[in-house]
Amino acid sequence: MLIPLEWLKEYVNFDADVDAFCERMILTGSNIEGVRRYGEGVEKVVVGKILSVEKHENSDHLVVTRVDAGGAAPLRIVTGASNVSEGDLVPVALVGGVLPGGFKIKKSKLRGVESEGMLCSASELGFDDKVIPAAHKDGIWILEKEYEIGADFVEAAGLRTLVVDFEITPNRPDCLSVVGMAREAAAVFDCKRIVPNARTAGRHANKAEDFISVEVRRPDLCTRYIARVITDVKIAPSPWWMQKRLMLAGMRPINNIVDITNYVMLEYGQPLHAFDIRTIEGGRIIVDTASEGESFTTLDGVSRTLSADMLMIKDAEKSVGVAGVMGGLNSEVADDTKTILIECAAFNADAIRLTSRKLGLRTEASARYAQGISPELAGEAAERVCALVERLGAGYVTEGAADVYPKRDARLSDGAAVSAPPKAGGGLSRARIELRVARANKVLGASIEDAEMVSYLRRLEMDVRETPGKLEVLPPHVRLDLNEEEDLIEEVARMHGYDRLASTLPAGAGPATVSRAANLRDLARDTLVAAGYGEIQTYSFTGPRGVDDIGAPVSAKERRFVRLLNPLGEENSVMRTTLLPAMLETLALNYSRNNARVAAFEIGNTFFDRGDASLPEERISLSMGAYGGDMDFFRMKGALELLFKKLGVRVVYEAERDAALWHPGRCARVFAGAARIGAFGELHPDAAARCGVGTRCYVAEFDMAELIEKANVERAYVPLPRYPAAERDIALLVKEDVTVKRIEDAIRAAGGKLLESVRLFDVYKGPQVAEGMKSAAFNLIYRSQERTLTDEEVAAARDKLLTALEKEIGAVLRDA
Amino acid sequence: MQNTQLREILSEAKDLIAKAASRSETDEARIKFLGKKGKLTEILRSMGALGPDERKALGKRANDARAEIEAMLARKFEEVKAAEHALRFSAETLDVTEPGAEIRLGAKHPITRTIEDISRIFMRMGYSVTEGPEVETVFNNFDALNAAPNHPSREFTDTFYVTKDTLLRTQTSPVQVRTLLSQAPPIKVISPGRCFRVDTADATHSPMFHQVEGLLVDEGVSMADLKGTLDAFAKQMFGSDVKTRFRPHFFPFTEPSAEMDMSCFKCGGRGCRVCKGGGWIEVLGCGMVHPNVLRVGGVDTERYTGFAFGMGVERLAMLRHGIDDIRLFYENDMRFIEQFG
Repeated sequence: MLIPLEWLKEYVNFDADVDAFCERMILTGSNIEGVRRYGEGVEKVVVGKILSVEKHENSDHLVVTRVDAGGAAPLRIVTGASNVSEGDLVPVALVGGVLPGGFKIKKSKLRGVESEGMLCSASELGFDDKVIPAAHKDGIWILEKEYEIGADFVEAAGLRTLVVDFEITPNRPDCLSVVGMAREAAAVFDCKRIVPNARTAGRHANKAEDFISVEVRRPDLCTRYIARVITDVKIAPSPWWMQKRLMLAGMRPINNIVDITNYVMLEYGQPLHAFDIRTIEGGRIIVDTASEGESFTTLDGVSRTLSADMLMIKDAEKSVGVAGVMGGLNSEVADDTKTILIECAAFNADAIRLTSRKLGLRTEASARYAQGISPELAGEAAERVCALVERLGAGYVTEGAADVYPKRDARLSDGAAVSAPPKAGGGLSRARIELRVARANKVLGASIEDAEMVSYLRRLEMDVRETPGKLEVLPPHVRLDLNEEEDLIEEVARMHGYDRLASTLPAGAGPATVSRAANLRDLARDTLVAAGYGEIQTYSFTGPRGVDDIGAPVSAKERRFVRLLNPLGEENSVMRTTLLPAMLETLALNYSRNNARVAAFEIGNTFFDRGDASLPEERISLSMGAYGGDMDFFRMKGALELLFKKLGVRVVYEAERDAALWHPGRCARVFAGAARIGAFGELHPDAAARCGVGTRCYVAEFDMAELIEKANVERAYVPLPRYPAAERDIALLVKEDVTVKRIEDAIRAAGGKLLESVRLFDVYKGPQVAEGMKSAAFNLIYRSQERTLTDEEVAAARDKLLTALEKEIGAVLRDA
Repeated sequence: MQNTQLREILSEAKDLIAKAASRSETDEARIKFLGKKGKLTEILRSMGALGPDERKALGKRANDARAEIEAMLARKFEEVKAAEHALRFSAETLDVTEPGAEIRLGAKHPITRTIEDISRIFMRMGYSVTEGPEVETVFNNFDALNAAPNHPSREFTDTFYVTKDTLLRTQTSPVQVRTLLSQAPPIKVISPGRCFRVDTADATHSPMFHQVEGLLVDEGVSMADLKGTLDAFAKQMFGSDVKTRFRPHFFPFTEPSAEMDMSCFKCGGRGCRVCKGGGWIEVLGCGMVHPNVLRVGGVDTERYTGFAFGMGVERLAMLRHGIDDIRLFYENDMRFIEQFG
């Protein structure tokens, strides 16, 4: 919300410079996004008069002007603008002058003609294009005639001025106005607020009721409708002071009538609309919902289809406006309009929000109505509009108003100083809010005196009744956000200043805990990082196609998707059921960026629809992906073995030959007990080609939830051996298809109680062994807990083992 | 006679030891003079034939000679060892500026790292860590958090829905509700996790992001405690010299509500690019838990009060590491991730 400081200061005269003002406003809850400093650094821009306009000899686009800028001799200035003519007053940047942004004006030649300065547009003087009046939007700023030639333009136009950009929270729509911010500033700086002059002269030739009658058929959606009538309207530009304030506040001046309605909207926060009364059939305004499917053209020239829940402003025969959103093209004020109806109404916030959304039409009015507006405000704003019409001489104000205010009679006659404030829902009856002083101090950790609290609340224009230890408070009608004790505690706190509250540490609750699952997940993450894998994080939502890409069968659990109703796109439309597709994408992205070596993992949730209305199953999963460097199947397996060891999970590996995603000869599925906990291996060349990785890569996915379930990180002490071990290496010749696991199992089964451990250290296939055979070399460790083993004992155990191996798996000692 | 012999042995030993060029030659010299059959040993052995006085005088001289030879040998041993070492060291000299053998260490994702750092700070202050689901009920995400029934944030344009009653949580605050429903005060938890809002990804927006939520409900908890706790957090997270300030703000589930700013850790508050010239950086939102929220969990709001806070993890990570594009977090270029190892 842009608030021009000089406008604000008309209604509240706080004693602080702009920095101190901003600081205090920020610390009391009116956050400030910035301060626009108009005219800052602008130098030597003066008012000039165009003496002549001539064609440029070398250009069709340029003209050469002679300008009286108050100097001894006229200046010759070349301009590209086509809207200047003899006698116009314009802002002239003199040679040596500076424009906003530090742009310096130099003497220069344009197509061979020397230019002694520059004629300025409003845009060049720091205004947004969207606020520049249509008359000179695309050209030089043509000024009103009253400026003195040669005067400093920035000073003369009052454009060395500050505009504060407030960030208003959604609970404070009352602050979206100059008067609202004045109320806030008056409270903060504890000074008097000046109420805008809303008095009309009272010399009325006609009565409003002679022109118009109002009927509200939906009092639930329209809590108040005021129609004021202005006769003898003379449409003209509004005066510069009004135009300037509108422009500084971010609105484009149009004409006196439109400008007055916008000006009052900015001042009070109350949207207003002007109808040409010639177009209102039967002199009747009827507030009612639209007919379903009704077609209606709004002011912006767009034909819109309405639905039956949209509130409309109608006359005796037709719709003339979409209530609270935009007027109709059929009732627009025109240059020859003589009599107008000013609408000043209160509509149901939700109804306006819904209509605005359905029509895809968000206007300044609809945004304000959607946040909630007090019906009391309409009366004040209507008076102010009439006062400004008189002040600008834009027409005659007729006596009285058509004011339909269905619930006015229900008003409580409570509190003389404050008119009865309505509830946020639009109702009028509102009880006083109780504030317990002790409660406020308990919540704030403070000891603020009763009298101090009373003072804070009164500064905010609340009506306060004091009883011992308790305040009964009636907020001003615009404060729709104040409904219960907590609301008042916050008001007290921010007026007191959060900075003045103490800073303490609470007395402790119990000891801090972390769930077992979270601890084990963190351990898994730490382990994988130590094993050289980098952690990635990918979106929880994904496209359903990824599951096809990893070759999940039709009946797979991975297809039990949780679908979003409003996804950002097909590729983000379901919650992920597997982390693999995103891992493949990550490998592909890194490969495409020439990252030569990648080792990555992700630990995150997967989501499965339960087939009923309950929340989906969220199951933590682990994926890994790697390529490049010395990465191969066994390197990835090594990292996994490390992980399983850290988690204390015993696993069994089996060859997996039928998984579409993996190389059929280089994939293992992994079991912990009876449960299959995952699979890993080399990516199938087709899958690698599909995702665009041009090298062997290795991927894994594990059910992290199952791993956590099975994990055992307790470690029991095993006494250190007291006697030396005897090591023996054996190389066994077996058929190629006998797996290492089978050999190891056989060794363990037949090794005897002295065999402490078995470790494979070499596998050989090739010319040194017979076709179809392989040699597997194992390191065996024998040890007794009772004595040092003799060579004979070890030899006996080894011989017994070899005999058994030959029998069980047809293994023979290679060097025998 | 033996005296002459002793002198000869001594001079012979001196010559031989001086000539020795290795440890083995030195050792040979030792054996020759001091070994079991060494020359000096022989003289000592022959003393048995002498009278007591003579034996005593000769014994002393022989022992002196032995000590002298031993000292010469020791010096020689040191000398040749030093020479041998010098040779070996010169042959084995490495270029220590060559790089070390690479040990590949992975890296945690910067978001994980930031969450861990935040969690650690609060755990030291006694906060337990609890997590909630990413797919939540509308009740937990909005209704129970005092959000107005027509609040714009509930709309399809802001929130991802799964059904009319379930959604992707837009904040970690529903964990407050879950905790209040499952646990009686005192409650002291933080909850990190993923959140989602309908936003197209650009440099400053992401449809998925992370928050860390905090909740303390106990007897006598005040806004002063909130200030003290979060000030302590900021100092531990960003350095002991940062200052904090609390600005009134609006959240439906807390009142009074505040936003906490901290003095810019880059420029110390003088104004720079990081704080956009203002000297202050917005860090988190917080406030006293609204009684309506406490009531959802059946908490006696007269007896208990509480505070809650929530912070955006991406924002804090971006501030700390000077990251200028939020999309980098979810693009997963490993060159980015590995910078945080």
